[in-house]
Amino acid sequence: MEQIRDIMRTMEYGPAPEANEEVSAWLKARAAGIGHFIGGKFIASGKERFATVNPATEAELARVVQGSEAEVDAAVKAARGAFAKWSKLPGHERARYLYAIARHIQKRERFFAVLESMDNGKPIRETRDIDIPLVARHFYHHAGWAEMVESEFEGFSPVGVCGQIIPWNFPLLMLAWKIAPALAAGNTVVLKPAEQTPLTATAFAEICEEVGLPAGVVNIVHGDGRTGAAICAHEDIDKIAFTGSTEVGRIIREAIAGSGKKLSLELGGKSPFIVFEDADLDGAVEGVVDAIWFNQGEVCCAGSRILVQEGVAERFYDKLRRRMETLRVGNPLDKGIDVGAVVSAEQLQRVSALVKQGEEEGCTLWRAPGVLPERGYFFSPSFFTEVDPASTVCGVEIFGPVAVAMTFRTPEEAAELANNTRYGLAASIWSENINLALDAAAKVKAGVVWVNCTNMLDAGSGFGGYRESGFGREGAREGLYEYFVSDVEKALKPAKEAEIFIPRGAPEEERRFAGLSRIDRTAKNYVGGKQSRPDGGYSYDVLGKGGAVIGQAPLGNRKDIRNAVEAAAKAGGWGGVTAHNRAQVLYYVGENLDARREEFEALLSESTGQSAKAASAEFDVALRRIFYYAAQADKYDGAVHATKSRHVTLAMNEPWGVMGIVAPEEAPFAAFVSLVLPAIAMGNRVVAVSSTRHPLLATNLYQIFDTSDVPGGVVNIVTGEKDVLAKTLAEHDEVAAMWYFGGKKGSAMVERASCGNLKATWVSDGRARDWLDDRQARGREFLRRATQVKNIWVPYGE
Amino acid sequence: MVLPEKHTIIKAVPEAESQLHEVRNRGTAALTPEWFEDVAVNLSAAERRAATLVTRRSVKKAWQAAWLVRAITCIDLTTLAGEDTAGRVRRLCAKAKKPLSSELQAALGLEEERITTGAVCVYPTMVPHAVKALEGSGIPVASVATGFPAGLTPLPQRLAEIRYAVDAGADEIDIVITREHVLTQNWPALYDEVRAMREACGPAHLKAILATGDIATLRNVYRASMVAMQAGADFIKTSTGKEAVNAVLPVGLTMVRAIRDYGALSGEIVGFKPAGGMRTAKDALSWLILMKEELGTAWTMPDRFRLGASTMLGDIERQLEHYATGRYSASYRHALA
Repeated sequence: MEQIRDIMRTMEYGPAPEANEEVSAWLKARAAGIGHFIGGKFIASGKERFATVNPATEAELARVVQGSEAEVDAAVKAARGAFAKWSKLPGHERARYLYAIARHIQKRERFFAVLESMDNGKPIRETRDIDIPLVARHFYHHAGWAEMVESEFEGFSPVGVCGQIIPWNFPLLMLAWKIAPALAAGNTVVLKPAEQTPLTATAFAEICEEVGLPAGVVNIVHGDGRTGAAICAHEDIDKIAFTGSTEVGRIIREAIAGSGKKLSLELGGKSPFIVFEDADLDGAVEGVVDAIWFNQGEVCCAGSRILVQEGVAERFYDKLRRRMETLRVGNPLDKGIDVGAVVSAEQLQRVSALVKQGEEEGCTLWRAPGVLPERGYFFSPSFFTEVDPASTVCGVEIFGPVAVAMTFRTPEEAAELANNTRYGLAASIWSENINLALDAAAKVKAGVVWVNCTNMLDAGSGFGGYRESGFGREGAREGLYEYFVSDVEKALKPAKEAEIFIPRGAPEEERRFAGLSRIDRTAKNYVGGKQSRPDGGYSYDVLGKGGAVIGQAPLGNRKDIRNAVEAAAKAGGWGGVTAHNRAQVLYYVGENLDARREEFEALLSESTGQSAKAASAEFDVALRRIFYYAAQADKYDGAVHATKSRHVTLAMNEPWGVMGIVAPEEAPFAAFVSLVLPAIAMGNRVVAVSSTRHPLLATNLYQIFDTSDVPGGVVNIVTGEKDVLAKTLAEHDEVAAMWYFGGKKGSAMVERASCGNLKATWVSDGRARDWLDDRQARGREFLRRATQVKNIWVPYGE
Repeated sequence: MVLPEKHTIIKAVPEAESQLHEVRNRGTAALTPEWFEDVAVNLSAAERRAATLVTRRSVKKAWQAAWLVRAITCIDLTTLAGEDTAGRVRRLCAKAKKPLSSELQAALGLEEERITTGAVCVYPTMVPHAVKALEGSGIPVASVATGFPAGLTPLPQRLAEIRYAVDAGADEIDIVITREHVLTQNWPALYDEVRAMREACGPAHLKAILATGDIATLRNVYRASMVAMQAGADFIKTSTGKEAVNAVLPVGLTMVRAIRDYGALSGEIVGFKPAGGMRTAKDALSWLILMKEELGTAWTMPDRFRLGASTMLGDIERQLEHYATGRYSASYRHALA
């Protein structure tokens, strides 16, 4: 017992292992192989198996069956079979199941915590205090939504069978984020856990069995990327929800383009962690610990780019280096460990290679001093200084416990550096000045912003990215929409496939002319508040009533789109003006349009050949839409989510920025207005491609925009061959969201072309919409699609 | 804010031979507001750190026993009640000299060790009784002074009270500050007051009670800590034990960070004493974890760390007996303080 005397002098912590006998027994009982969970049954047949390894010990934990197309198909069939009944259950019935799941997870909280730690390598402290409680919270929260769906989501129905693919960094939590909202809304699911971490999903399946969840509502198919690809490719899946790398997100986007599947993507990040000189520096240092040295840095929203104001940078780095010395790296099952093992040898290799590259490029690496265990995939917490935006480690998501640190001089520069990334998942802002902090929160392009905190997660708040961090939200009301489809949308019927009109730059051989009754007019593109001739120098004949040529329209090309997007990008001030101001401008558009009613109605008749009465009706709809969106401009506002005590979590509806809008051929005036107005009412700048056949209504409209104080660049109009222009728009990296109303082929093309920057798309998929019907062509759904939600967490207290 | 280019990091000194540190805090030649005026303390961030500090670390088995014995050696065993008497103080001192029964101490393998509390803490008029009772034990006598707990007696009387206690044999003086100086941000007044008290202490060590429950915000706690240290406090202490909220971890965190910053700026060493509201062995471990994590092992020893508590010792004894015997213990089995 000499030991106590010695320890009194060294004050070592000693080992504090969490017992894992229960989990070992569970694994032993499943030594024959971990199977899929399909239609309520565990199916361990199948030749191909893979091992799941404890990354802290490199020991094999279990062998798991690899799912093939056959298992995916069986799972989809089971899910489809269960869907009819499950989706028709009263919300309360579904709530009871979700509540039971939440309860059962709590009853087995330590079992799950130990199992997750062993499978993933993350410290027991995190699984016990963060992962598993958040899992239970997610099911509770969504048990609540299930109870209320009928009244809170009137006019919406579940999407159907959802294919869900989740990553290895928060295995059970990501499962909860996927399954809880899907089930609450009435969907059934086929979920594929990551092949590195399949175990807690299996234990979850046993809970589904335990609570008597109807067979087929939740199906779990194990496997690697091939299984994921089979899920994406399956024809009877209605929606894909994916969390993982941007690289794989892009592959999925491309693979399911044109399939009609709904899609939500939660991808990578390189989130800024901004420390202003007036911040609580010690608090911010702990923030870094929670940002990048949490979960071995394997966190999509990790604050991995530290930006420090120059005057305090050295002091901050000193504090950070000092803090690093007390981080304990080691056995994840030890209760006194801060950093566990990286998930796999492959991941460790990737992190090491990137860090090596950073050093080779001249960045200075600061590494925590402690000795790493000999076995297992461990990496020391580290950060780089002497980093520039051009450094590889500054741009690439390392997905390990390694941050990069840079300095800035002014708040303006901080925002500029923060936004100098393809990603836009999260941001952490440290300042004691509320003006400064909220200003930075507004400027940063990220779906989640944490003021004086970091990595705060709650089911009551939305989570998801801007830019190449994906689209769609998880958590809160905004997340639930990903698992609904509006009844109106669902009821839309395929349009009669009209022949696609290809405009020609040269005059046709046979033409009839409507005749010149007034002075000849030249329609132009409208770019940056100026009328501009088409770059190519070609125009095409516009055919009106009875096929007669009623004028010419610019035959726009790639460069016209490029110029229009550039002009739109420059008009960023529009998103910053008050909503009231935008409303006033829109009302003024309405006022000026009404003054030219006769002219527009006549042009409508002349263009489309519709009767004067019909033209008048379409004009009226357009005018009312303008008033409607002027009215909504300052009313479609966000929410304050109830998350943690002494926090406000602001869910703000922000404009995308530059939107591409391709208007349909039908109802050329009402549809154009119905699409452009919600977009600009929310503060977006728009590059709009008008109906190809009837472009003159749109080009006539720019005079109205011009005279109604719509700032130059807010609305840009290009006419020409629709799908050619749409493709350039969909490919353009500056365009953040794209609406396409046209044929099935064009819709697929737009979805595929959107892969580059993973812009959010809304395509009509060749379905017809009655643009004169308010239910189909007007409303909050248009506003929701014209915005992205930014959740800003602001803790308070002095 | 003027700061040295490079900050020295205080090195841990694991050995602690004596309860009093040999080198005293010299303070600064004058009030140096730029060391604290711009420093921010964010409450939510401090609370999060405090909450996770203790969930990030765990000490079990022999380590836990060792840590608990270490905690005993850091306790300022305290009685500060109106009904204190010579007899009461004598009993307290007896417990301070022998906090663990011989059997228990032997069972822990510590029979060769001198295990005592860090000090005994009493009112000034009780000092002579304590000095007498502790004679030859090497245990310092600490006395509260300066109109404890409110500190609103006129300054000459407060200084006289310090001198009285020192003359009576007190080795340490736990002073209270004028809260008004903090609440009105009158830092020169606070600095001068503590400076004068430090002078009055002479050879006795000064422990400055900031009454953190009264001064309300963590910003104030940080600033008051800095001023007290600049004025030469050898220890800074959280509370009188008479406030609505006494020693809590976010406050402690703020104070030890101030000690760290002050050390980096001045090169001086200052000790820390949480006091009041701490009753359990678990509390003792939490505070030791805070000290080790934020300041290093040297700050887990009695020359730099004290726990102002009275009932905590009883719980620690029970936990230690459980460790030694494997049976859960009862309080009646341990000698009263």
